Amino acid sequence: MNASASTPLLRAEGLRVSYTDRFTLDIECLDVPEGGTLALLGPSGSGKSTLLRVLGLLEQPDSGRVLLAGKRVDTRSREGRLEMAAVFQNPYLFHGTVAENVALGLRLRGVPRSERPGRVEASLERVGLSDMGDASALRLSGGEAQRVALARALVLAPKVLLLDEPLTSLDAPLKRDMMVEFSRILHHGGTTAVYVTHDQEEAGVVADRAAVLRDGRIVAEGPVEDVIGLPRDDWLAGFVGMEPPLRGTVLSAEDGAIHVDCDGVEIVAVGALPAGTPVRLGIRPEDVALVKEGEDIPATSIRNLIHTEVLSVSPRGATYVVTVGHGSLRLAASVSRAAVRELSIAPEVAVVAAFKATAVRVTADDRAEVMV
Amino acid sequence: MDLATLISEAARLLFDPDSGLWERVALSLLVSATAGAHGALSGLPLGYTLGTGRSRATRGMHGLVNTGMSLPPVVAGLFVFMLLSRSGPLGDLGLLYSRPAMVLAQFVIATPLVAGVTAAAVASVPLDLRLQARSLGANRLQEAWLTVREARRGVAAAIIAGFGAVISEVGAVMLVGGNIEGSTRVMTTAIVLETRQGRFGTAVALGLILVGIAMLVNGMLTVVQHSGVRYER
Repeated sequence: MNASASTPLLRAEGLRVSYTDRFTLDIECLDVPEGGTLALLGPSGSGKSTLLRVLGLLEQPDSGRVLLAGKRVDTRSREGRLEMAAVFQNPYLFHGTVAENVALGLRLRGVPRSERPGRVEASLERVGLSDMGDASALRLSGGEAQRVALARALVLAPKVLLLDEPLTSLDAPLKRDMMVEFSRILHHGGTTAVYVTHDQEEAGVVADRAAVLRDGRIVAEGPVEDVIGLPRDDWLAGFVGMEPPLRGTVLSAEDGAIHVDCDGVEIVAVGALPAGTPVRLGIRPEDVALVKEGEDIPATSIRNLIHTEVLSVSPRGATYVVTVGHGSLRLAASVSRAAVRELSIAPEVAVVAAFKATAVRVTADDRAEVMV
Repeated sequence: MDLATLISEAARLLFDPDSGLWERVALSLLVSATAGAHGALSGLPLGYTLGTGRSRATRGMHGLVNTGMSLPPVVAGLFVFMLLSRSGPLGDLGLLYSRPAMVLAQFVIATPLVAGVTAAAVASVPLDLRLQARSLGANRLQEAWLTVREARRGVAAAIIAGFGAVISEVGAVMLVGGNIEGSTRVMTTAIVLETRQGRFGTAVALGLILVGIAMLVNGMLTVVQHSGVRYER
């Protein structure tokens, strides 16, 4: 199966899967480009795992079709299934050693016995477990077990690798390390992957593209930095932990920067859109710094200084998310606990929200595209 | 006869090669092992199908099997009796009051037990594990094998439970075997007869052997249930 340059390696068309009266997966079209990682993002019950199982030919849809390199495949197509491999949230290691587990798929696929040790060794090396081949698979730590599961899939050299929340069951520090590790492994090998997660941070690290599912439908799809950095509606903004997108009109454009009027506040962003264009703006909370009103602002390259006031302060892990704004303008800033104490941040306190022009994601606002 | 004398008589019979006890034990084991093996051969695939299937037909069949699990052995015997009696659909085979009839009756008792316990064991294996096997390239047979292997303790318990149920039942073999000396008299039917005829020593000796077999079977079950470590992740 050879894909032409324009054909996505994996495509889903008109997929429909109904479980109950309440849930239906309904995918008009979804492409997975060759060599990239597509994150399927969405809250629990949004249908992302079902979509992954259908894409992986592990579940038959009620209607629609899956194309692998332009050729129609389904659950009855073992040939198609052999071009893929999956890693699940639970590694499901079978009884035996690590090497036996990694070799399992090779055995099931009838790969000659003589080929197996070399491939297993190479795959274990790829996930950094080359010295653990003889260890019992049932006595590994969570991170090791998940890496064995990844090695077991990678050893098959699949055209498409499917990962269903592979890091969800790990604790936070290990998860952070592992997402970087997974990203390195996937990108280094040029593997085409579909990666299911409900964690937008994980998607941002691992994937190039993202599709967000809500109630069985794709509500946003595109480069991952746009999907999680510039949500197209309030629901998406809430899902990725941002304030709803700002809407405004380009006032002027010069030297690669645009000035946008947002309800009387001028925001500078990097871009090249003509004056008069309605636009949508997104600024990640971690890109916004707060300075107390009246205090000196250090001379930096920051081009946006919005004089506003604190609306709410809510804890999020080790930091606080501070919502500031006035009128219809809303911005969220991620602020350390120490900074909240130092600046005496509380509702109604006047502050200056500072952020760089490069931190502002901007796109023409085509309201007709907005899906809620 | 006091208890001490009874036990002493039973012990003497156990070691007396001419007592005829061990022939009955051998016949019991032969009949029950044959029925248990056939019950396992049919109950395992049936149990796997019931434990993994999601169709209405599967659910209906599961209900029947559950009923079969609680079927009194004597009723199973009655069913086989009617099947094999001269006027029954299989009457021409002339199998009534024979060892094959006893095997058939015990097979009817063992199969739903093996299938029911296997279904529960297989159903406890997460669906994702089967999907994992499938995604690694397993065909249906390989997927079933990997699933059963993961559920092996429950499956072993199913087989042992099937054998345990038939070795100790009396009603069905009495009905279809007829308790004929030298031909269809097994341990349980012999215990009934010897007790009725007042030969308590023989009955107690056979009872002790039966209890020994039950302990052995249950010991095996316990060992299997506690062997190895189940997959933990």
